Amino acid sequence: MNLTLKVWRQANADAKGKMETYKIGEVSPDMSFLEMMDVLNEQLMVKGIDPIAFDHDCREGICGMCSMFINGEAHGPDRLVTTCQLHMRKFKNGDTITIEPFRAKAFPVIKDLTVDRSSFDRVQQAGGFVSVNTSGNTQDANAIPIDKHDADKAFDAATCIGCGACVATCKNASAMLFVSAKVSQYALLPQGKVEATDRVMNMVKQMDEEGFGNCTNTGACEVECPKGISLENIARMNREYLFASLKG
Amino acid sequence: MASLDSKIPKGPVADKWTNHKSKINLVSPANKRLIDVIVVGTGLAGASASATLAELGYNVKTFCFQDSPRRAHSIAAQGGINAAKNYQGDGDSTYRLFYDTIKGGDYRSRESNVHRLAEVSTNIIDQCVAQGVPFARDYGGLLDNRSFGGVLVSRTFYAKGQTGQQLLLGAYSAMNRQIGRGKIKMFNRHEMMDLVLVDGKARGIITRNLVNGKIERHGAHAVVIASGGYGNVFFLSTNAMGSNVSAGWKIHKKGAHFANPCFTQIHPTCIPVSGDHQSKLTLMSESLRNDGRIWVPKKKEDVEAIRSGNLKAINIPEDDRDYYLERRYPAFGNLVPRDVASRAAKERCDAGFGVNKTGEAVYLDFASAINRYGKEQAHVKGLDEEDASLVKKLGQDVVRAKYGNLFQMYEKILDQNPYEMPMMIYPAVHYTMGGVWVDYNLMTSIPGCYAIGEANFSDHGANRLGASALMQGLADGYFVLPYTIGDYLSNDIRTGSIDTQLPEFEKAEASVKAQLEGFIGNKGKNSVDYYHRKLGKIMWDKCGMSRNEKGLKAAIKEIKQLREDFYKNVNVPGRINEFNEQLAKAGRVADFLELGELFAKDALERTESCGGHFREESQTPEGEALRDDKNFTFVSAWEYKGEPSKAKIHKEDLKYEEIEVKTRSYK
Repeated sequence: MNLTLKVWRQANADAKGKMETYKIGEVSPDMSFLEMMDVLNEQLMVKGIDPIAFDHDCREGICGMCSMFINGEAHGPDRLVTTCQLHMRKFKNGDTITIEPFRAKAFPVIKDLTVDRSSFDRVQQAGGFVSVNTSGNTQDANAIPIDKHDADKAFDAATCIGCGACVATCKNASAMLFVSAKVSQYALLPQGKVEATDRVMNMVKQMDEEGFGNCTNTGACEVECPKGISLENIARMNREYLFASLKG
Repeated sequence: MASLDSKIPKGPVADKWTNHKSKINLVSPANKRLIDVIVVGTGLAGASASATLAELGYNVKTFCFQDSPRRAHSIAAQGGINAAKNYQGDGDSTYRLFYDTIKGGDYRSRESNVHRLAEVSTNIIDQCVAQGVPFARDYGGLLDNRSFGGVLVSRTFYAKGQTGQQLLLGAYSAMNRQIGRGKIKMFNRHEMMDLVLVDGKARGIITRNLVNGKIERHGAHAVVIASGGYGNVFFLSTNAMGSNVSAGWKIHKKGAHFANPCFTQIHPTCIPVSGDHQSKLTLMSESLRNDGRIWVPKKKEDVEAIRSGNLKAINIPEDDRDYYLERRYPAFGNLVPRDVASRAAKERCDAGFGVNKTGEAVYLDFASAINRYGKEQAHVKGLDEEDASLVKKLGQDVVRAKYGNLFQMYEKILDQNPYEMPMMIYPAVHYTMGGVWVDYNLMTSIPGCYAIGEANFSDHGANRLGASALMQGLADGYFVLPYTIGDYLSNDIRTGSIDTQLPEFEKAEASVKAQLEGFIGNKGKNSVDYYHRKLGKIMWDKCGMSRNEKGLKAAIKEIKQLREDFYKNVNVPGRINEFNEQLAKAGRVADFLELGELFAKDALERTESCGGHFREESQTPEGEALRDDKNFTFVSAWEYKGEPSKAKIHKEDLKYEEIEVKTRSYK
C-alpha cells in the first residue's frame, strides 16, 4: 500500500507545532500501525529528518503507553484496540491518514505525538489505593467472601489501562471515565469501602486541579475506550460523590 | 570480589528464613528517616519494594523509563500467580511448591531461596486481596484457582487473562499511597546510566532525564536494581520494546557478577513472525495447550501447497497429519513443559514442515476439542449428537467461554478466524532465568547494590514454571528485600546523606556524557535498529532453542565484529539535551551487544543440556536433553574483566540436601 501521512510535529513543549506531510510506500497490510511508523522513521532518518517521537512499549495492548489520535479517533478506526493493535489492513491503498497527539490541557505535548500524562498518576496518588500496609500480616485472603457479581464488576472497572483515550476523545477533556473506573473498583469491594468517602472526594478534587473538564454525558469516551470501560462507572462515581458530600 | 559467598543461613531448609529474619540487624524507625534507597524499575519487584521500603520509613527514590510506573512490563503477564494456599484441598503445600519449582528448574536453582519463595507465596495472595486486587472468584465468593504448567495441583490465582496488570496496579497503588505521603520520590521518564561506587560501596546512580536529556546525579545508601530481564537481546521477543539489560549490565561492569546468562525461556505458544517489519512477538497463554492439539503435515507436498495457498489445513486428512508431541511424548502429549514443546516445534520446522510463508509456524488445532465439547453439550441438553453443525456450534461456544479473549487477540493480529481454521504458532523468547548474581539477602557482589525480580538469577534455575515470575517479583519486593536490606543499612545510620559532589560522581557523570557525545558525534550510516536486528538474528540462529559448539563460537566472533561496526557506523540523530528516543535506544543496544557475547560464552562453557539450554552435543539417542550433574551442578557467575571475552567464571556449587536430583522425563 502507498499512503500519505499528515503528522503533528512539535519540537518540544514550548515550540509551536504544525502538521507535516510524508509519503510512505510498500506498507504491508500485516503491519501494525506502530510498525508502519517504525518504517517511516527509518526512512526519515535516511533523509536526515528527525524521526517522529511517539510513546509505545508493550505493543500488545495492555501497558497503555501508546496513544495517537488517528483520523480524528483515539487509537484509530478499529474498536476495542489500542494503536499498537491496530493493523494496516484497516486502511486502503492511497489513503491519507491524519495523526495527532492526544490533546488536553492536562496532557501537555512533550514532543510530536508524545504527551505528558502524569496528571493521571497524581489523581491516583490522591486516593487511588486501599490504605493497607504491605507487611503481609493481613487476614487470610478467603476470610471475606465477595459476591461474584461484585467481584466481576470490580474487575471490569480495573481493566482500565490508563491510556487517556477517554480524555482525548471528550470534547471537554474530562477524565471522568478514568477516575470513575478506579473509584468503582474499590467501591465494589469490601476492602475498599472503608475509606470510600475520602477516596472519592480526594480523587475528584485532584482531577479538577489538574485541569480536566466536566462530564456532559455524551458517552464518546465509552465508544473509544480500548478496554470497553462502561459509563455505568461514571454513574457510580457520581453516587459515591453525592453520598460523600452529604456525609460531609 | 574473589569468592562467592551465597550467605545461606545454617539449619534445616524449612527454618532458614524464619531464623535468619529473627537474627539479622534492624534499623530503628528514627534512623530509617536518615537513610536513602534508590530503586530502579517499577515492575512487580521494583514497585512492591519501593512501597514497602517507604512504608518502613526509608526515603525512597524510584526511577522508571516509561511515562508512568504502571507501564512496566509485568503488566503484560497473562496467566496467573502461584501460591501454596491449598484452598482446593488437593494436597498442595509449601514443600510441594518448593519441590515443583526446583524440579521445573531442572535442578539448577538454590534450594534455600526457592524454599523461601514457596513460604512467602501465601502472604502475597493475602496482601493483594487486602489491596483490592480483583482476583477471579467462584459463586460462593471465594477465590478461584486453576492448574498451570504441568503441575499436579491447582494453585494458580488469576484475574482473567491479565493477572499481571491487576497485580502491578496493586503494587502501583501501594506506591501511590507512599508518593502521596512524600516517602517515595518518583522519577518517570528517567533512565539509569551508571552506578556510582564510593569506597567500593554502591552510593548512587547517574540518570538521564528522557524528556529534556539532562544528566543528573542521585545519591543513596543502597541501590536496588529491579529492571527486569534481557530477552530483547534477541530483538524479537515477547518483552516490551523498551525492556533492556542496561541497569543490570552497568552494575556488572562495576563489579556485580552476572549469573547463568544463557538460561533463557522460549515460550512455545506465540504468534509467528509475519515479515521483516516485525517489531515484537505476542504471546498467547499456555493454557491453550490444554485443549489445542499441535501438528504439522506429514507430507512435504502438502506443506508446499499450504505455503502457496492451494491447500487449507482443514482439508488435510487426519492420516496425513503429524501430531508430533503426541507421537514423541505419549504420556504428556501436548502438555509437555515449555522448553520441550518449543524444541519439538523447531525440529519439525527445521526439517521443512513449517506451515506459513516463513516456514516457521506449526498448527494449534481446536477442532477435536470443539467436537468433544460439542458432543458433550448436545448430550447434556438432550440434542442430536450426530448433527455436525449443531455440535460444532455448541463446541465453539464452550471454547469461546474458555479462551475467547485469546482467540480475539489472534484474530486481530492475523485476520484469521481460529474457530474455523487451526491457529498458527511458533516459539518466542519470553523470559530470562539468568541475571545478576545475588546472595541469600539478594545483594549482588557489590556491597549495597541489590537485584530483585527477573533482574536477578536466583529462583528459577534453568527453566521457569508458569505463573512463577509474578510470585518471585512480589516475594522479593514485598517480603524479602525490605528485611534483608536492613542488615546492611544498619551500618549506615551515622553516614549522613551521600554527597553527589564527590569525585566518584563527577567521574561517572563524565563517562556517561562521553558515551552519549560519542553516539551523537558518530554520524554513521546505519540506524540503531539495524544493529539490534542483526544482533537478534545471530542470537536466534546460534544461541536460540538449540546450541552447538560451532555455532556458539561463530556467534561470539560475529557479535564482537558487529559491536565494533556499531561503534564505527551507527547513526544517532538529534541532540543530547532533548527528547531523543534513538539516543536512548543506542545506549541500550550497546549493552545488548556486550551481553550477547557473554551469553554465547556462557552457553559454550556449559556443555550439558538443562532446562531451556539445549546443547546438541549433549542429548540422548532419542534426541532428549541430557543433563550432566557431575560436572555442571553449579551457577556460572561471570566477573567483568574489561570486555565480555575476558570475563572470568566463578562457580557456585549447588547442594541438594532436601530434594533428590532426578532426570526429567515426559515420555
